[in-house]
Amino acid sequence: MNLKRKDLLGIQDLSVEEINLILQTADSFKEVSGREIKKVPTLRGKTVVNLFFEPSTRTRTSFELAAKRLSADVINFTTSTSSVVKGETLLDTASNIQAMRADFIVLRHPAAGAPNILARALQASVINAGDGGHEHPTQALLDLFTLREKKREFRGLRIAIVGDISHSRVARSTIYALNKLGAQIRVAGPPTMIPRDIERLGVSVFYTLDDALQGVDVIMMLRLQLERQGIALFPSIREYATCYGLTPERLHLADRDVIVMHPGPINRGVEISPEVADSPSSVILDQVTNGVVVRMAVLYLLSGAK
Amino acid sequence: MSHVADRSRRRPREGQILIRGGRVIDPGHVDGVADILVTDGKITEIGRDLKTPPGIKVLDASSKLVVPGFVDLHVHLREPGFEYKETIKTGTAAAAAGGFTSICCMPNTNPVNDTRAVTEFVLDRAKTAESVHVFPIGAITKRSEGKELAEYGDLRAAGCVAISDDGRPVMNGMVMRRALEYARAFDLPVVDHCECMHLSEGGVAHEGLIATKLGLQGMPSAAEDVIVARDIELAELTGGRLHVAHVSTAGSVQMVRAAKARGIRVTAEACPHHFTLTEEAIDEFNTNAKMNPPLRTSRDVQAIKAGLKDGTIDAIATDHAPHAAHEKQREFEYAPFGIVGLETALGLSLLLVEEGVLTLEQMLRALTSGPAEVFGLGKGTLRAGADADITIVDPEAPWVVEPDRFHSKGRNTPFAGWKLKGRVVKTLVAGRAVYP
Repeated sequence: MNLKRKDLLGIQDLSVEEINLILQTADSFKEVSGREIKKVPTLRGKTVVNLFFEPSTRTRTSFELAAKRLSADVINFTTSTSSVVKGETLLDTASNIQAMRADFIVLRHPAAGAPNILARALQASVINAGDGGHEHPTQALLDLFTLREKKREFRGLRIAIVGDISHSRVARSTIYALNKLGAQIRVAGPPTMIPRDIERLGVSVFYTLDDALQGVDVIMMLRLQLERQGIALFPSIREYATCYGLTPERLHLADRDVIVMHPGPINRGVEISPEVADSPSSVILDQVTNGVVVRMAVLYLLSGAK
Repeated sequence: MSHVADRSRRRPREGQILIRGGRVIDPGHVDGVADILVTDGKITEIGRDLKTPPGIKVLDASSKLVVPGFVDLHVHLREPGFEYKETIKTGTAAAAAGGFTSICCMPNTNPVNDTRAVTEFVLDRAKTAESVHVFPIGAITKRSEGKELAEYGDLRAAGCVAISDDGRPVMNGMVMRRALEYARAFDLPVVDHCECMHLSEGGVAHEGLIATKLGLQGMPSAAEDVIVARDIELAELTGGRLHVAHVSTAGSVQMVRAAKARGIRVTAEACPHHFTLTEEAIDEFNTNAKMNPPLRTSRDVQAIKAGLKDGTIDAIATDHAPHAAHEKQREFEYAPFGIVGLETALGLSLLLVEEGVLTLEQMLRALTSGPAEVFGLGKGTLRAGADADITIVDPEAPWVVEPDRFHSKGRNTPFAGWKLKGRVVKTLVAGRAVYP
């Protein structure tokens, strides 16, 4: 079995069958990750290049581990300023990397659609590791994998996504994924952080967190980008934490068996209180563990497609 | 004696051309099969079966449309300063190929056209190009910085036909007021790219469903509407001539319509892409559909069509904005705004006729006398005595948009591969063929 595609650019164009295939494949890699020797020879001789134009420790490390556990060679090419400063275009940078015979390019980039440019131009498989405010497909897949472990059934699941939906690629990928799988999605945040026409993507919108949390099975808190305070989106961190922070009291509004997710890194005491982050409801570290196996599955399934 | 005189009268004169047997449409004046006699670059006679000397140079226009050369109020020729995108030579060649005989070029060059010297340079280059008429538009403010007024008197005397800080809208309401007021002395229309830069800050696409899906920062319709509203009030206050560039929202159309009804001196133009495409065209991050103002919704498209139909919108203008290929092969957010338009304007405008939105005459008016009157160019007509700026169109000819065959240096169009109907077969400027 493999994915009949060269690249993974987003959840939007994945079918339910493809999503399920990735999750099932990740199951078998989860078993590998529990072994003493956490390594299989599947991608021996293949080269994975992590091309990161934004700082990211978690996602890059997760991809690196995933590739290494599949016995691929991994190169990390990280630059926050990007070669744009030197005048080189993204496509030129990537073409150079392909000329060194990379099989996979894992791209993190601040501009939406950047992976699409590479995917069209290169033979290498391109995996989107987050592009601007667009998509972060492997994050959504690892969230699905974690949900599946904890809740079994996606259909009818009530989930609230809370925070800056406008600028969140995690929110978009999660919305696309859970819509396909039949969950009921609520988004919540101040109106300045809810993008126009979002209801047309099949979600309901809440401006009051307490209303959004009533009876939900899953709460996904988004990281607050602190630099957006002031005139931009919210008056102060203090006010944001008061109105939109997830506290133990608010957790009681949700279903008794609610789980709390966060794509990390968390701002303790801002969008999530330390008590909630460390509570039994929190699956934040499970998400991190599952990130590696889901990314192993993606690398494996794309390698078969070529 | 009489025998000799007769012979001399019937001998073709050097500089005479007969355009024979086409359907001549001069919006508002003529529509019917006729011949046009051109003498020394002027139209001297229009009529059926004109008697002309044997041996005169004849252009057979049977089954073709013979119309005034098109007039474009909004073109970026990029020279001086950005010759890698376009030059006055390539830009005028693109205009001729698209059936345009008069084009007005925006001042956002480097240096900005805010002085007589730059205006004269542009006119000098245009003369050397020996193609279509070029009418420069001067800057509203020095270096288009939105602070100090440019020298409108000198710009007008040098040949500018309007003023605009296109691409860098005048944000300070007082500066705009003074511009509209001061320009009255020279009867210059003030052309505003209506965009509140605060509301559109960081935006790269229309704020709506598609931008939300793609995770792109949006530019709301309100960013255009609030400046259109401001400018209309200022036009009323000052009595100045306001021309609203590239109308893209339903709100703008409605406000211009209401302002005209109130007798305010306001005119407006719309671009073919804004009445042909919606925000959907940027899906898949197509940088060739990235322009400013952005493609909006089908409701806006309908409003622009209605505005063209009832005359609220005076002109079809292209906002021809060539860019180099490598500039558009970028991340969507980093690619520059703008598309080329001179060579697709006719084919796209004819779609409005096919759809029944406009009559052929209405559509031609929006490409000829409509824009010519907005800037007072004295162009866009076939009346006897006018310059023989004439475009001959085969209205039935099917063709495919192939950017590699453009005369413009720019290949940046969202219409590549489109099958259109209606092609320019010949363009005459003062009786001289500039295309093909």
